[in-house]
Amino acid sequence: VRVIPVPTTLEERSFDQLVEALGGESGAGADGTAGGAEARVLFDARRLRWVDPYGMLGLLAAGEVAKRRGAAPLLQLPESAEVASYLARMAFLEQAETIFEVHGGVRRGDGGGGGPSDVLLEITPIRSHGDVHAIVDRVQERAGAILSRQLGHPVSSVVQFSVVLSEVCQNILEHADAGGWVATQTYNWTRRLGRKVAVLAVMDLGIGFRASLAGAHAPRLGDRWSDAAALEAAFLHGLTRFHDPGRGQGLQQIRKSVGRWAGRVSIRSGTARIAQVPDWDDGAPLEEGLPAFPGAQIGIVLPARAPAEGAS
Amino acid sequence: MSHRLEQVVPFRFDLSTLLPRSVATLYSHLVTRPTGQALRLGIEGQLAEVGQLCLSVLDFSQVSILDFSCADETVAKLLARYRAEDRPAEAYFVARGIAERHREPIEGALARRALALVAETDAGEVVLLGEVPPMHRMAWGAVQALGRASVAEVAARLGVPAAMAAPVLEDLAALRVVLRPPGGEPAYYALEPMVRGR
Repeated sequence: VRVIPVPTTLEERSFDQLVEALGGESGAGADGTAGGAEARVLFDARRLRWVDPYGMLGLLAAGEVAKRRGAAPLLQLPESAEVASYLARMAFLEQAETIFEVHGGVRRGDGGGGGPSDVLLEITPIRSHGDVHAIVDRVQERAGAILSRQLGHPVSSVVQFSVVLSEVCQNILEHADAGGWVATQTYNWTRRLGRKVAVLAVMDLGIGFRASLAGAHAPRLGDRWSDAAALEAAFLHGLTRFHDPGRGQGLQQIRKSVGRWAGRVSIRSGTARIAQVPDWDDGAPLEEGLPAFPGAQIGIVLPARAPAEGAS
Repeated sequence: MSHRLEQVVPFRFDLSTLLPRSVATLYSHLVTRPTGQALRLGIEGQLAEVGQLCLSVLDFSQVSILDFSCADETVAKLLARYRAEDRPAEAYFVARGIAERHREPIEGALARRALALVAETDAGEVVLLGEVPPMHRMAWGAVQALGRASVAEVAARLGVPAAMAAPVLEDLAALRVVLRPPGGEPAYYALEPMVRGR
C-alpha cells in the first residue's frame, strides 16, 4: 500500500500537493489511466483540520484517479470530529464510499444537526442536464438566505448565482465528455479577507480543455499548443470546440458575474491553472508546470459584500 | 400589390406553459441547452401550423431563471432561423415580460449572433435588445413611436437625409425588428403595436 498524506488544510492550493503525491511515483498518464502495476493507495486524512468544497472534490477526484489505476483506494477519515462532521454534512461520505474503502473517523449520520445553514449545495454528482436542473432547483431554496442575509448581496444575486452554477455545471457536460461533481458552501474568511465567502467548486475527470479544444484550435498554434494555451483560449477568448458562435459564452459570463461580485474564479486543467484574480487575492493569473491531473477543476470564491458596497 | 397587415396573425407563446409540453420533465427554470432546444422546436412546430405571416410573442413573465445557454438555444437560434433566407415561415418575434434578470442572457446571446429583438419589459417599456448601432436604434425608435413610417418620415424625425435613413431602415427590416411588407411604397411597421392591435 502506498500512503498519500492528505494535507492538514485541503483547498485549491494544497490540492496541487495531493496531485503531486498521487502522480509522482505511478508512471501513469495524465488521463489517470494505468501505466503499469500500481500499488494500492491509502489516502491518509487523519490529520486533516480544514477542508473546503474544492478540497473535498479534489480528494474524491484523486481517489477516482487512483481507482482507475488499480484497486479501490483506501481512505482514512479525519480524526477531528469537527472536520468529520462537516464532511458528513456535505454528503462527502456518500460519494467517497463509491470510490474508496473508507476507514475510521466519524461516519455517516454522526454529523447530526438539523441541516446546516452554511451549506449551499452538498457534493452532488453531475451526469446529465437533468442533474443541472435539479441542482438549480435545490439551490434556490437556500441561496436566498445565504447570499442575501449572510453575504449581504442583493436578492437579485440569487438568480445570477444560479445562472453561474448552471453554466459551470454544463461546462462539464459540454466539454469534458465525462461526469463530475459540484459543491458550494459559505465560510468565514476572517484571517484572509475579513469577510464571509461562498466557495463553489466543480470538478470532472474528463478530457480536459487541451484535448477538448485541440481539434479546432491546436493546428493554429502548432508547438505553442498547451494546457495553458487551451485555458487562455477558453477562459479569455471564449473559444470552444464547437463551430457555433453561440457557444463559449458560459465561461465569459461566469467571469463577468464573478468579477461583478469582486470574486475569484480559476480553472485548473492538465498542468496549468488560469484565474481571474481580484484585488484581495495575491494569486497568479496563469500558472504552468503544475503536476498533471486529468479533467478540469473550477474554483469560485464569492466574498460577502463589503460594508462600503452595501451602503452605496 | 401591397401586403395587408390584417393578414398578420399575432401568436403568443407563454414560455412557462409551453415548456412543460416540450420536454418530458416539468422545469420551472429555463436552464441548459437541451431545454432551450426543446422549447425552440416546440415554438417552431406551432409556427409551422400557423403557416402564414405571423407575429409571435415570447412571454418571459413567468420565467424566473434564464441561463446563457438556454437563451442562445431558445431565443438567438429561433431568431437566426427565421431571419435566414431559407426560413420556414414569415415569423416575427416580440418578447414580453422581460425583467432585468432576463436581459443579460438574452442580450449576450443576441450579440454573439449579431441579432436584435423587440421586447416589452415588465415595467411596460418597449426596448430594442441586442448590439445595434446608434443610428439604427434611433431609427427603430422613430418607427416605434410612429407605428407606421415611410423613409421620409423617419428621416425627418431624425433630422437626417432620406438617403441616410433608407439603408438603416432596410437593415432593421432585415433584422426583422420592423416589418416591411413587400411591394408598393416602402413603409415600415413597428412590431409591438401590432401585438397590442394598435
